[in-house]
Amino acid sequence: MIVRQLNPWSPGWNAEGNALAQMRRDMETLMKRLTGVTADGSVAGVFPPMNVSEDLDHYYVRALIPGIDASQLNVSVVNQTIAVAGTRQAPEEEGVSYHRKERAEGPFSRSVTLPASFDGARVDATYVDGVLTLTLPKPETAKPRRVTVQTS
Amino acid sequence: MAIDKTKGLQTREARELGTTTEATRPGLLLTPPVDIFEDRNAITVLADMPGVRPGHLKIDLHEGVLTITGHADAPDGPNEVAVLEEYRAGTYQRTFTLSEAIDQSQIQATLRHGVLRLRLPKAEQAKPRQIKIQTD
Repeated sequence: MIVRQLNPWSPGWNAEGNALAQMRRDMETLMKRLTGVTADGSVAGVFPPMNVSEDLDHYYVRALIPGIDASQLNVSVVNQTIAVAGTRQAPEEEGVSYHRKERAEGPFSRSVTLPASFDGARVDATYVDGVLTLTLPKPETAKPRRVTVQTS
Repeated sequence: MAIDKTKGLQTREARELGTTTEATRPGLLLTPPVDIFEDRNAITVLADMPGVRPGHLKIDLHEGVLTITGHADAPDGPNEVAVLEEYRAGTYQRTFTLSEAIDQSQIQATLRHGVLRLRLPKAEQAKPRQIKIQTD
């Protein structure tokens, strides 16, 4: 019965599907509640979720911020830290009654510190399909340089 | 008689859906958070699906079951190495059961900034109607 209380939308014991899969889902739910880490590795309760990656010339910071106006996004750079802030507003709906409200709304701010410096003046930001992508060029000194090995 | 407001649209537990699709399609299956609200004429569903391009969204209506599926590609370049990974790209999917009170031919869907807006107009007979009482 504990499992049902933890997961109020659980279809219950008599749901179709195999029992093993049901058990696995219940365990994942339990893990998520206990540790805040979901089965797909994302961290619950942090908005917006961000990924940082790098290649030889750039760092890439991507944040999932669906449904906001690009002009409402504040991106700032201090030293090695990138800060993203904004407000996600719920659409104004007149005379409606809500059945479900799962989408997060309100102000948010996040910052990430990159492992090395980058050229803050040449940061490129795009917002496409609800994903904010920041492209940060690495300075020349941070790029890997090929050293030729000489033989005598 | 009181009208059950949730009658028009009910969410099916998305994880339940995961059992049928997990095995057939590779990649991660994600549950998009949704808002569902209702006014006099329609029920509206908003779903967060960041990273899904309009061409990668599929809305399927079959025997009163509405399924929205959106695939988000990982945008990584060929030489990119992850430094911090808080989310993973995958396929968003969620299923709803529709009652017959929805005019299924008039459903509208728009995808903007990663948010799907689905408008499900109520069928004529499901709209609240005021009955005028005539007096002599």
